[in-house]
Amino acid sequence: MQKVETKRRIFPSFIPNLASLARRGLAGWITLIGVTIVLSIILMTLLAPWISPHNPAEINVGPLSSPPNSQFPLGTNHLGQDMLSRIISGGSVMIQVAVLSVFFCLLVGLPIGLLASYAGGIIDKVFSLVMDSLYAFPGMVLAIAIAAMIGTGVVNMALSIAVVYVPSYFRIVRSQVLTIKELPYAEAALATGAKGRSILLRYILPNVVPSVVVVATVNFADAILTAAGLTFIGLGVEKSIPDWGWDLTDGRALLPSGAWWVITFPGIMIVLLALGFTLMGEGLSELLNPRLEQ
Amino acid sequence: MVQLPLLEVDSLTIDYQTRRGNIRAVNNLSFTLERGETLGLVGESGSGKSTLGLSIIRLVPPPGVIVNGHIRLDGTDILTLSEEEMRFIRGKKVAFVFQDPMTSLSPVKKVEAHFVELIRTHEPNISEREALERAKKALNDVGILPERIDDYPHQFSGGMRQRIMIALAIALNPDLVIADEPTTALDVIVQAKILDLLKSLRDTYGMALILITHDLSIVLERCDKIIVMYAGNLVEYATSMELHKNPGHPYTKGLLQSIPNIELAEQKLKAIPGSPPNLLNPQKGCHFWPRCSYAKEKCHMEGPPVVEFSPGHFIRCFREAHNPERSHKR
Repeated sequence: MQKVETKRRIFPSFIPNLASLARRGLAGWITLIGVTIVLSIILMTLLAPWISPHNPAEINVGPLSSPPNSQFPLGTNHLGQDMLSRIISGGSVMIQVAVLSVFFCLLVGLPIGLLASYAGGIIDKVFSLVMDSLYAFPGMVLAIAIAAMIGTGVVNMALSIAVVYVPSYFRIVRSQVLTIKELPYAEAALATGAKGRSILLRYILPNVVPSVVVVATVNFADAILTAAGLTFIGLGVEKSIPDWGWDLTDGRALLPSGAWWVITFPGIMIVLLALGFTLMGEGLSELLNPRLEQ
Repeated sequence: MVQLPLLEVDSLTIDYQTRRGNIRAVNNLSFTLERGETLGLVGESGSGKSTLGLSIIRLVPPPGVIVNGHIRLDGTDILTLSEEEMRFIRGKKVAFVFQDPMTSLSPVKKVEAHFVELIRTHEPNISEREALERAKKALNDVGILPERIDDYPHQFSGGMRQRIMIALAIALNPDLVIADEPTTALDVIVQAKILDLLKSLRDTYGMALILITHDLSIVLERCDKIIVMYAGNLVEYATSMELHKNPGHPYTKGLLQSIPNIELAEQKLKAIPGSPPNLLNPQKGCHFWPRCSYAKEKCHMEGPPVVEFSPGHFIRCFREAHNPERSHKR
């Protein structure tokens, strides 16, 4: 038999090659911008100990409530802390909370969604009902209620946010499973004698993953905003840890005295980070949709 | 000792028990299939042919229920087997080729993964390397370059995907392959190739083949025996030669007359008037009478029995049963 070199193409992986993104039209650019924003902020936060000019938690490094000037480019707050240093390191908690909450959501929402919708019947009904009632709550209110019950800290914040967003994962997984389990390849697998378990894990799960990845990226943005909100009202981390959410709280108190810089810069950073994740999610959802390819 | 037939379907009745009522998809149907034989199952949409096919691997979709009858595979009544025992029959003894090759392979899995999955389901002790060897051999048999086992389904055309589905079906060397309209989604040239492939594989591997289709012309030349179904009933059962030369049931005659014939340029194609009955409220009598040009008073009143039209040739019609001379005329 003649040997023919078949042309191999890399199947669209979940993290597309960054350089090739720009060649894939608007969705590619959107993803590229989102990824750039997110990666820059993460990098900045990681490098904070080396690049920030002052210790972000130290008080009286400069004059109190000084407007931006050459020595303190973003000014200082009412405790004389350097705002630039606080901006550089203040995203750490938020990013940790976002990553952790998405992880918790995946850990709970994905298996429950898969099992309940594949099993169908009464199990599916019960879980759908529970998830829909959770979904009916306004997210922030539910997160505040849970955070108030279980207390502050990175893990607790992540947990309270995860409870709010698990229903989104459940819903998207369920809708996908209900579609896929009726498709011929799932039926064909059954006709070859495959067990229910292996159909679920080897045929349905891999086809659900792309949609879940999209939900997760969009979810990052929501988690960032909710985390900022929780810290803003004092349900986040301790005051001694620099965080954009706390800076918002301080800035709000200082705003009447005209110190606009304390609230503006952390606000911009939070919006920027959320925007980065949103762009990334929107772009990925376009790129991973096989029907829109080409 | 007489060898048992490979497949013996005995007075099989399948109902779809819907909320609006009972729909009899397969009514009291019997046939046998020997090893290595090819059976064509012909009927229009909704005649129960796919339901019958699926019942042989016991995968009639709910709310379908097998209410009566037996399906014996190698003498074992599969309706009495446990779900676990049934899993070993599916894929290993009876393989199924589905209608739509475009969606019958998981888009996120390479072709090799489909094979390894299938082979290891039934032979867990086999090494992955050995499974791949067998997969490559099966691909080679269906005319696909074995090197392409590394590719994803979307890199193949419809006809090639159907070949892959067939390769998957023969990979475990089953006794019976059921192909449910394997060529409906393909164009005519590819269709002929796929059907000839199935036939040549049958000759190589000695497996039996059930070819389900709505196109009588494609099974006439490729099958040993043909069952014509109408509205859940077997209306005619004969060897394809006999069916072609001497069709007994008016419906089969109609089907044969609606096949274009290149040698008779002047002949106008005859269509069968009307459409199949609503099985939710079947009328009394023969299901076919409203469309039948031979229909008599009696046909409106009661359903006709299955009669032997000529040796080994069965039809469900009063006309022939009441006209014994006719059946000996040939």
